[in-house]
Amino acid sequence: MRKVKKDLVVIGGGPAGLAAAKTAYDDGIKDVMILERDFELGGILPQCIHNGFGLHHFKEELTGPEYAQRFINDVEERDIEVKLDTMVLDVTKERKVYAMNKKEGFLEIEAKAVVLAMGCRERTSGAIGIPGTRPAGVLTAGTAQRYTNIEGFVPGKEVVILGSGDIGLIMARRMKLEGADVKAVCELLPYTGGLTRNVVQCLEDYDIPLMLNHTVTAIKGEGRLEAVEISEVDENLKPIPETAKTIKADTLLLSVGLIPENELSKKADVVLDDRTGGPIVNEGRETNIEGIFACGNVLHVHDLVDWVTEESQIAGKHAAKYIKDNYEKTGRCAEVKAGKNVSYVIPQKIELEAGDRKRIPLYMRVSTPLTAVDINLYADGEKLYSFSEPFAKPGEMISVPLAQKTLDDLGNLDEIKVDIIEKEGN
Amino acid sequence: MNKKYDVIIIGAGISGCAVAWKLARYNLDILLLEKEADVATGTTKANTAIIHAGYNADPDKLKGHLNVKGNQGIREVAKKLNIPYEEIGSLVVGLEDDNLSVIDELYEKGLKNNVPNMEIVGKEWLREHEPNISPKAVKALWAPTAGVITPWEAALAMAQNAVANGAEVKLETAVEDVMTEDGKVVGVKTNQGDFEADYVVNAAGLYADEIAKMVGIEKINITPRKGEYYIYDHAKDFAVNHVVFPVPTPISKGIVVTPTVENNLLIGPTSHNVKSKTDLATTREGLKEVYEGAKKLYPSLDLRDTIRVFAGLRAADDSEDFVIEAAENVKGFVNVAGIQSPGLASSTAIADYTAEILADEGLKLSEKKDYIETREEPVRFYEMTNKERAKMVDQNKDYGQIICRCETVSYKEIVDAINSPVGARTVNAVKRRTRAGAGRCQGGFCGPRVVDIIAQELGIDPTEVKQEEGNSQILEYKIKELLGSKVMDNA
Amino acid sequence: MIETKTLTCVACPKGCEVTVEYEGNEIIEIKGNACPQGQSYAEEEIVAPTRILPTTIKVKNGALALCPVKTTKQIPLENMFEAMEIIGNKVIEAPISMGDVFIENILDTGADIVATRDMPAEIK
Repeated sequence: MRKVKKDLVVIGGGPAGLAAAKTAYDDGIKDVMILERDFELGGILPQCIHNGFGLHHFKEELTGPEYAQRFINDVEERDIEVKLDTMVLDVTKERKVYAMNKKEGFLEIEAKAVVLAMGCRERTSGAIGIPGTRPAGVLTAGTAQRYTNIEGFVPGKEVVILGSGDIGLIMARRMKLEGADVKAVCELLPYTGGLTRNVVQCLEDYDIPLMLNHTVTAIKGEGRLEAVEISEVDENLKPIPETAKTIKADTLLLSVGLIPENELSKKADVVLDDRTGGPIVNEGRETNIEGIFACGNVLHVHDLVDWVTEESQIAGKHAAKYIKDNYEKTGRCAEVKAGKNVSYVIPQKIELEAGDRKRIPLYMRVSTPLTAVDINLYADGEKLYSFSEPFAKPGEMISVPLAQKTLDDLGNLDEIKVDIIEKEGN
Repeated sequence: MNKKYDVIIIGAGISGCAVAWKLARYNLDILLLEKEADVATGTTKANTAIIHAGYNADPDKLKGHLNVKGNQGIREVAKKLNIPYEEIGSLVVGLEDDNLSVIDELYEKGLKNNVPNMEIVGKEWLREHEPNISPKAVKALWAPTAGVITPWEAALAMAQNAVANGAEVKLETAVEDVMTEDGKVVGVKTNQGDFEADYVVNAAGLYADEIAKMVGIEKINITPRKGEYYIYDHAKDFAVNHVVFPVPTPISKGIVVTPTVENNLLIGPTSHNVKSKTDLATTREGLKEVYEGAKKLYPSLDLRDTIRVFAGLRAADDSEDFVIEAAENVKGFVNVAGIQSPGLASSTAIADYTAEILADEGLKLSEKKDYIETREEPVRFYEMTNKERAKMVDQNKDYGQIICRCETVSYKEIVDAINSPVGARTVNAVKRRTRAGAGRCQGGFCGPRVVDIIAQELGIDPTEVKQEEGNSQILEYKIKELLGSKVMDNA
Repeated sequence: MIETKTLTCVACPKGCEVTVEYEGNEIIEIKGNACPQGQSYAEEEIVAPTRILPTTIKVKNGALALCPVKTTKQIPLENMFEAMEIIGNKVIEAPISMGDVFIENILDTGADIVATRDMPAEIK
């Protein structure tokens, strides 16, 4: 076992890990190591060959590989150590990281700080218990994307997609363009989970039907998929048996949710939030375990990579502060609570000295689609201020800035709450 | 067709593999035939994985005679062949409103079957040893000799040991007819040619009746009886310490809640006859029955952390017993049919019994001199500590590349699984041997990598790699093929 | 026949809901846009929608089998499948640099097909 000491270890070389590493480096932490399980950096971005990345961060519209390349260049221009084809097997709360690769064998890395940036895994058909058989041809949309865009294979040519989140929509277009017949995208809920531009550019452009209030109720086929049965669902999302109909298909793609991949976090005794599936963090993205930070999709599922970058810069900055022993907790902790119509808010705690920060961006998701809304912030029950938005959709993350000046004026604070309410007269 | 075998065994499920394993200790030429691309792809891969203690089997049936013997036998063979096995004991738990006298009846039956060390236990014992069980649980039959095993690994280990001792295994070889001459078996016709033998053992599981009909035996009739299951990610916050049964009713043994030897939580099975021997579909109603049954025993169970649903088919003969006997109308043909529960537990006893029947039929059993008793323990990273893993990777760098993140499976384990005797040829075969793809992401991450490794090792195109059955290719088209692309791939 | 369509403008992240009244290819009225980009977007969407085409191209002797590519500007939606066929019939030799032009002026649209990543040659 090779033993190494590092100032900062970043687990995951996707957009989150890359931004955190770069920021920490620029803030003075030169001894940084990124551990990446794949053969190249970029995380999920190299397979996201479509555009729509960077509109906020770079004010340009880039494809996934182009967005990744900017941050890969940043890391390569700096003296940041990168280990590819390296799988992390364990993380302890004392910040010892155990990893393995072919070149060096087994590594024990003792870190002053760790940034968790492992991303997500996809929810599977078995996990949602779709009845029927278990033939070849049923795969998650992300895995299909890897096959199509990296490995060079098209899984099948008669496709049904379950789930209208962005991955499902993007793969609908991708399969169609590569010559498949995409017969339908089924969505359990009465509204789509993806960005509106994707519904337009992936489904409407190609006359692919979007079947809201529908789900797959059976998978048919013995060796290879032969057909799927889809049914309409009622207000309680239960299938209505009389509406069942069979669609001939050799491929079923599932886009039924992303799950932050926190098995390593749990090994380090990091406490998770039930609502996000990721760690509970303070505004510096530090978890309950000293010196262990989290950012990106492992913390909560983001819709745009631009927010991942912003969040990871915060994590990198604070990891650097922590290492330099320049990291002060105020000794008071304000809990950030999700109020009416809000699924979750990140960060869940505010407890650090302000330093030079001007604001704390609060990231949140509305729990149901609403129009003409007020986003209200409360401090210990008193309304602080409101923002108006023409609409709020669960598929689109909302970022609300909490000004530092406001926090300063409030002094001791127990709770910040956010709710999203439709305006009167709607 | 040149070689003449002493014994041909039809079907490489747990029964066929156990018979092959048993006979391989004798100076015999043995051929084990399997129609699918791997051993244990039928009932053996889709059951509750229990080594029953033996109190449930009818003492007047063959099942009753062979279960307890098999329970002892499997313990020994698990050690010798390094098959994952844990003797965690089983409980038949009675809730307040159940007919609790059934528990006493099972106890009596167990005594008749010579099941050792059973006890009737009460509320306190249950509270202490099964803390998550329903507060309504008042009485239970405790049988410490029950256990859990990896059933496909048991079959594979026995097949591999048989091969190490000179037996042959032919996969993807389906028997189309059994040939007889003058009232004697002379061999079989298959889709891969004809094979001669003096003795044929019919261990064809769901298709044992169809094989028996080939020699004019009509009495065996196999009805597929479906059982549905949920399997969970590794038992974490929810501890179940034993194999837990409800009180059985006349129609059903009930929904079991059990940890598996790989540390997943398994609930099921239902029990319903179906028409088709290939109907392996789970159903909404069946899964509901599983969940509700499990919840009765463990009220705090929910469906979060389930990773897979599946179904298996029991090969139920009309007699509801094992049919292990020499054919009366033709010499040299032995049926090992109707092997449903407790077939897995009884497998070594079934093998012994079958060997005796063959000897009675005239097969000479003379023990081999250089018989290999053991199988080397396969490398299983998922079970190892970090220290042990570090040692392995120092010996061979190919252990250093982890392919399956969820179950921690290395590149070398997968390559070895493909290249070992009775090697893996499909994605599911790799999964059964190594655990790659059996975890919480169900192959989402490792799938493309496993397909690539199989293609490389077998020298085939990734579009030829199958999941399990004949037509189950994972990938149908190369990129751009559907666009009518005329450019050739570089190799 | 006068028709009305509501579009979500994708010119900037604001995503204004723009309503267009039109008859055939003739625009009658455009409402809801916060800026002139919204107006041109809406006009184009009705009369002749265009899109960026992101896809992949086959690579010979590269570290990977495929290189992601895109059109350098939006091309008519009706050209998508023909463009896919043309791109599908080409193979590019590695090494590749981001921005390398693989096909010039595809289908006379004024758009090139360019690489969106670097790719070294395969290490044998």
